Amino acid sequence: MNNYNTIVIGGGPAGLACAVKLHKNNVSCLIIEREQYLGGILKQCIHDGFGLQRFKEKLSGPEYAERFVNEVFELNIPFIVNAFVVSIEKKDGYTINVSTVEGIKTYTCENLVLATGCRERTSKQVEIHGSRPKGVYTAGAVQHLVNVDGVIPCKKCVILGSGDIGLIMARRLTLEGVKVEAVYEIMPNPSGLKRNIYQCLVDYDIPLYLSHTVKRTIGYPNLEAVEVMEVDEKLKPIEGTEKIIECDCLIVSVGLIPENELAGRIGVLSDARAKGARCDLDFETNVEHVYTCGNATHVNDLVDYVSESGEVVADAIRDRNDSERKLIDIEVKGRCAYLVPEMIDVNKKNNKRVMYFRSNKILKNATVTMKVDDKEILRRVYANLRPPEMERIVVDYPELSENSKVVFEIEEAK
Amino acid sequence: MKELTCIVCPNGCELTIDEKTLEVKGNKCPRGADFAVNELKAPSRTISSTVKTSFKDVPVLPVRVSKEIPKEKIFEVMKEINRVTVDKRIKSGDVVIANVLGLNVDVIATSDILLNEEHYGKH
Ligand SMILES: Cc1cc2nc3c(=O)[nH]c(=O)nc-3n(C[C@H](O)[C@H](O)[C@H](O)COP(=O)(O)OP(=O)(O)OC[C@H]3O[C@@H](n4cnc5c(N)ncnc54)[C@H](O)[C@@H]3O)c2cc1C
Ligand code: SF4
Repeated sequence: MNNYNTIVIGGGPAGLACAVKLHKNNVSCLIIEREQYLGGILKQCIHDGFGLQRFKEKLSGPEYAERFVNEVFELNIPFIVNAFVVSIEKKDGYTINVSTVEGIKTYTCENLVLATGCRERTSKQVEIHGSRPKGVYTAGAVQHLVNVDGVIPCKKCVILGSGDIGLIMARRLTLEGVKVEAVYEIMPNPSGLKRNIYQCLVDYDIPLYLSHTVKRTIGYPNLEAVEVMEVDEKLKPIEGTEKIIECDCLIVSVGLIPENELAGRIGVLSDARAKGARCDLDFETNVEHVYTCGNATHVNDLVDYVSESGEVVADAIRDRNDSERKLIDIEVKGRCAYLVPEMIDVNKKNNKRVMYFRSNKILKNATVTMKVDDKEILRRVYANLRPPEMERIVVDYPELSENSKVVFEIEEAK
Repeated sequence: MKELTCIVCPNGCELTIDEKTLEVKGNKCPRGADFAVNELKAPSRTISSTVKTSFKDVPVLPVRVSKEIPKEKIFEVMKEINRVTVDKRIKSGDVVIANVLGLNVDVIATSDILLNEEHYGKH
């Protein structure tokens, strides 16, 4: 039988949590995962700190993921691995074409969940001169090499970008005896979490240079050094600040972007701010019966919220009624980098809904408000808001209509 | 005054501690105050790493310490971890090194990957 009520694409924490909850909600589902095993990106995140919210324990990535994987095994939830979704067609619900070791297989479903996670920005997306020598990696690639393949790829490295994966790998490589020369960040503020700066860099005396970038790689075919420069407020390199740092490895940690290729091809719109699939408060996209969750919606920093979004989707699918959808956009104002979900279906019940946002600037004593037709339905004051730290709110919406004006705003303290 | 970042939970509160009176400011909860006092007196950390295995399909197995260890012991514990080769298909939570360096802390496996064949079949 190749027909399921729901197909979940992606066997990471978002897809797993969604499938487990769907099963408990008595909705038939299938998980499709392109890698050899379930677990998603967490398979390579061996550091601890996962699941503090959900399990009140500091787990490593594999421990967190396997709690869900083991539930999938115990509940006999159908899944296929080594299975890459190549295309989706919209006919009689959805038809999913999957490339597997046994050739192309086809599955059909009524509801589709896109839990495809995110991918890393690569060194090609930042401006570095020099012939492409061996020894330039993304932080995630190094993480896979060290933690899954057991290969230490270098002796002396430089890290470009202060994203969390880069910080975590600075510590990991140091523990394995690699000399991490420094982390260079082009922006005046770090992009990683403060606690990662503290426990991954400060703990090991690894210097962090803000407003600095790697301009050029030196050496071919193997990397021998990099040239770093200071930048001005416009991020332009400042003449005369060139420094040559010897190293055999450059690790680029310049951020993640939601993976939405498949989504785009079936008409799912992505959000210019959050970069992932746009969705309503059920995490249903503009395309009916197509849902999104986890890092495919926006890049999360806490896996607990990733799982939570998968469960919101599972409950929404259980409670689905096919009344006509009427979507309105939430207007976003002030110092907000993004707000997820971005839309509201005014024909759905919208009480007590989970939402996530980030500020686009470091703010002290910021006020966050949600207004419906100029009437405040939520107000919160935050002592600190920082772009690397995602915030979660629960919003209780009143009855809304097509003409309701919903506005979310983050205001700086005067 | 010493400035530090609390690493106990994802809030990452910025703390200050007075070295003489041990008065802590900036913590949203009491665990932050304990953390700051410990950071002055006896800082400790958990560490995660991998150990080699004798299995071709899984060259390394993720491990961590079961409890925090003194910060100054991190590299010594890493040395012990890098000495080990796992040659049994153990499961998550199993002890890889008992009472490492006499610290009353175990090094434990944090993944079931060595049992993957059982779950997924041979590929
Ligand atoms: C390096 C790193 C460190 C992190 N550290 C922390 C931390 O310390 N604490 C914390 O709480 N959170 C942390 N996070 C965040 C957390 O791990 C992620 O937010 C979470 O794993 C995202 O889950 P996901 O299911 O959305 O995506 P993923 O885990 O990326 O899973 C997506 C899955 O979809 C599959 N897939 C994609 N496309 C297809 C296709 N076409 N066909 C079939 N399958 C497909 C992929 O193979 C993958 O398995 C970290 C993340 C990273 C990357
Ligand atoms: S002080 Fe409390 S709330 Fe703040 S980071 Fe530490 S444990 Fe978390």
